[in-house]
Amino acid sequence: MTIPNLVGAGLIVIGAGIGLGKIGGSAMDAIARQPEAAGKIQTAMIIIGALLEGLAFGALILGA
Amino acid sequence: MVTIKKSLHLLTAALFALMPLVSNAETPVVSAHDSLHAVTTETSHETHDSHDTHAEVDPSSREFVQAYTEHHLMDDHYYSFFGNAEEHKHYGFGLPVILIDNGLKVFMSTEDFVYKGTVVENGGQHYKYYHGKIYKTDAAGTISYDEHHHPTNEKPFDISITKNVVGLLLATVLLFLGFTALAKTYKSSPNNLPKGIARALEPLVIYVRDEMARPNIGEKKYKKYMPYLLSVFFLIFLLNLLGLTPLGLNVTGNISITVCLALFTFLYVNFSGNADYWKHIFWMPGVPWPMKIVLAPIEVLGMFTKPFSLLIRLFANITAGHSVVMGLIAVAFVMKQTLTTPGAVGVSFLLTLFLTVLELLVAFLQAFIFTMLSSLFIGSAVEEHDHH
Repeated sequence: MTIPNLVGAGLIVIGAGIGLGKIGGSAMDAIARQPEAAGKIQTAMIIIGALLEGLAFGALILGA
Repeated sequence: MVTIKKSLHLLTAALFALMPLVSNAETPVVSAHDSLHAVTTETSHETHDSHDTHAEVDPSSREFVQAYTEHHLMDDHYYSFFGNAEEHKHYGFGLPVILIDNGLKVFMSTEDFVYKGTVVENGGQHYKYYHGKIYKTDAAGTISYDEHHHPTNEKPFDISITKNVVGLLLATVLLFLGFTALAKTYKSSPNNLPKGIARALEPLVIYVRDEMARPNIGEKKYKKYMPYLLSVFFLIFLLNLLGLTPLGLNVTGNISITVCLALFTFLYVNFSGNADYWKHIFWMPGVPWPMKIVLAPIEVLGMFTKPFSLLIRLFANITAGHSVVMGLIAVAFVMKQTLTTPGAVGVSFLLTLFLTVLELLVAFLQAFIFTMLSSLFIGSAVEEHDHH
């Protein structure tokens, strides 16, 4: 592991963290507005979270 | 339609049968293992050839923990439940080694073969185990290295029953027992409540059908894909759960296995894709023609990145989970001096317990996500579009 790799990995994690935060926050807002749709929103949230996670892990593995 | 269905089922069956071939022990030796090897060879040159290069390292040191974790994450030819670092002993059982090398060579691996680097003679050929791989050597077991310290000896084609294959077979047997019990209940009377383990499986089957297949693939077509989605869901879920038991299995954390599973999804999506699916890839409707040319390569790339992200997600999640659990267990050994033995064991126990509970969630979530996204991709491939 070289320093550029580690910095890149850190940037990926920051980016993924921002993304996950936005997804979670928006989902919370949506659930608060429409509690009856909580199930559907949760499923969509998990799917998008997983897609983001796949991207972050992929970048981490390719980078490291 | 019937022939397509039949051929898809046949394809899946054939691929599942071929899975152990792809998942043989050809896992690349991880770089940290190599750097550790370099560390140990500097200190003791005698251990140069032995597989157990961390044998000379103090069990409470960081290198030992790292090597142990790496070892756990790799496939192995010997099923070791636990070991004694001071006495260099491993408790477990040997697994059959099957090599294709001028005919079929079959012998049982032993502790000495895998951990002490003993040379095994079979059919006039000598084999030696080195860093998770089997090499052909002379009677003395000489291994020659290139300048990067990689062995240059010839490798036989290895289709051994390794630890991962044992895990797969175990999962297969368990799933078979569980689902035959479930099927029997429905056979005797469709309205019977399943008994025993089948009662726990029924809600999961319905969950896969109602939450994943039906909404994503559509009411008309979902039935054709249920066998695949259920197989993949229960296989991943059970293997993830087996990885949390003290059996020490790490099957879904092996990239060969996840590559194989993602390949099934890839083939399923592309074999069942209708004309609209291919049209959207190569000649995107509804955009001006220069855009179509730009979009085609991107869409073709998208065909491959979808299963790629599936395989990386499952592999990385399980590998990361196992590494962290191993690291927290190691706290008991590494912190022994600072926290005293009971303190270190207590801290390690609490942290590991917490993380294992979290891993239970991850075990389900990864199976869910894999199946969910598979059905989503299949659904987008078979979707009927309204022509605008």
